[in-house]
Amino acid sequence: MTATTAAASPQHRELPTKPGSTLPRVMRAEWTKLFSVRSTGWTLLALVAATIGLGVLASWGTNHGWPQMSAADRAKFDPVSTSMSGLALGQLAIAVLGVMVISSEYSTGGIRVSLTTVPRRMRLLTAKALVFTGVAFVVGLATSFGAFYAGQPWFSERGIGASLGDPGVLRAVIGGGLYVAASGLFGLAMGALLRRTAGAVTAAVALLLVVPPLMNLLPGAWGDAVVRYFSSNAGQQISYTHQSGNYLTPWVGFGVYCLWWIVPLAVGAWLMERRDA
Amino acid sequence: MIEVRGLTKRFGDTLAVDDLTFDVPPGVVTGFLGPNGAGKSTTMRVILGLDRPTKGSALVNGHSYAKTASPMREVGALLDAKDVHGGRSARSHLLAMAQSNGIPARRVDEVLELVGLQSVANRRIKGFSLGMSQRLGIAGTMLGNPQVLLFDEPVNGLDPEGILWIRNFMKTLAHEGRTVFVSSHLMSEMALTADHLVVIGRGRLIADVSTAEFIAGGSTNHVRVRSPQHAQLAALVEAQGIAATPVDSYLELRGITCDEVGDLAAANGITIHELFQERASLEEAFMELTRDAVEYHAPAPAQEVAQ
Repeated sequence: MTATTAAASPQHRELPTKPGSTLPRVMRAEWTKLFSVRSTGWTLLALVAATIGLGVLASWGTNHGWPQMSAADRAKFDPVSTSMSGLALGQLAIAVLGVMVISSEYSTGGIRVSLTTVPRRMRLLTAKALVFTGVAFVVGLATSFGAFYAGQPWFSERGIGASLGDPGVLRAVIGGGLYVAASGLFGLAMGALLRRTAGAVTAAVALLLVVPPLMNLLPGAWGDAVVRYFSSNAGQQISYTHQSGNYLTPWVGFGVYCLWWIVPLAVGAWLMERRDA
Repeated sequence: MIEVRGLTKRFGDTLAVDDLTFDVPPGVVTGFLGPNGAGKSTTMRVILGLDRPTKGSALVNGHSYAKTASPMREVGALLDAKDVHGGRSARSHLLAMAQSNGIPARRVDEVLELVGLQSVANRRIKGFSLGMSQRLGIAGTMLGNPQVLLFDEPVNGLDPEGILWIRNFMKTLAHEGRTVFVSSHLMSEMALTADHLVVIGRGRLIADVSTAEFIAGGSTNHVRVRSPQHAQLAALVEAQGIAATPVDSYLELRGITCDEVGDLAAANGITIHELFQERASLEEAFMELTRDAVEYHAPAPAQEVAQ
């Protein structure tokens, strides 16, 4: 501590000519924040492992059960989405990471440091969302291709597999990456809205995984409509090559899914601008 | 320069800050003093744009901090040393702060050295003591070499060496012409550090004075004397219009100095066993001033219970 008093002014060394919290700088800072905590690496690993692992299991199982399958089931068979069926779990990993990008700032109190160094709240939120979306999309895309290539060999002996050149297959595999990014943004939106990890994770799990299949219990045409537009039911169409009657087309479904995170994120942003930090 | 004008902050039914107006000028250490719950932290959060004022305003260098273009160049603030993600290393934490304002990475090492944390720079903050966390927080405030610094209870958790260190650090910052605003609930600490005091209680301004004035104004000076001839001594001083009150085995005399008492006793052949000037401590002066403004009183001492 002897260095102290003298050292209180090593300060006149040149700092950048134009100091300030510009968006690219805040994004760089958010990148550092994201990758300087261990949970990020573990969560991304969980995304990759769960998606590819379950995809392989589903592909192996489908191939194994193929002789017992009915003609109707065989007609509905989608080799691409089967190899990517692990996305159902992978989406939760990325959603949890999305939640924590925001909620960890509030649970640790770090938000007060972040907003003191970057007082423009929308700039901070935008930087977080952009950096996280980029990471989620790149890792999601790699995962999606990984699951596709790990799954298809199981189908090759029966000649029921798909290749990237087949109609809709490339779109579905890239769509898997898009779906991961959108699921991450859904988590981020829940985090911005609720600010607490437990609540936001619960909301994400419920709305992405638990509630969508339950909607099938609703009766009649309006019940079908709810099913069609409900979060992951709509979003996952982008990673399918076969659409069954009740569901939306791939891009419309993905568009609807995007509304599922855009609306809460917009509300979360509005609240963030108004609430005390 | 910080200018607080008619600042009011209400949380639901609680009026945390009530029509505060004061200035924090550059070049001196300004102490922000008040009992726990007086509204010090809230005021600081409003100055930093973290909380929105219900009424009034707080300006930093003439404008609202939330609109500043170069935040860390302008203000360095340490509100709570535990406001950090424990999973990050000290260096990563500071690096992210620096990057957000375009401050070069080498500055991170400079501030780590400044606070003496370079040896633990790559350790996760989770394992830091409160004192180390305070130093890390101070390092963060210095990244942008700012003109205005705010510290909320910075000596909490520091050992005596750390307290001395931060005291000198803040004085140096002020001597460099910066605006230094530091809160504390410890009068004794502020007496040693601050040149000027803003005292609040229950969100209201109680005093806005130089430290010297505050101490002089708050002190009640009197002389205590112990002698086998109390009655004679009391009669002597009372003849001069000085009140003499027996307290324990002493006589308490107001409005007279030790020298005068000694001379008087010697001239009259009175034996004195003990003679000293008693000053109300700064702590007492502060408590006197804020007595009505303390939010939570401990139960009064035993005699009240006994009644």
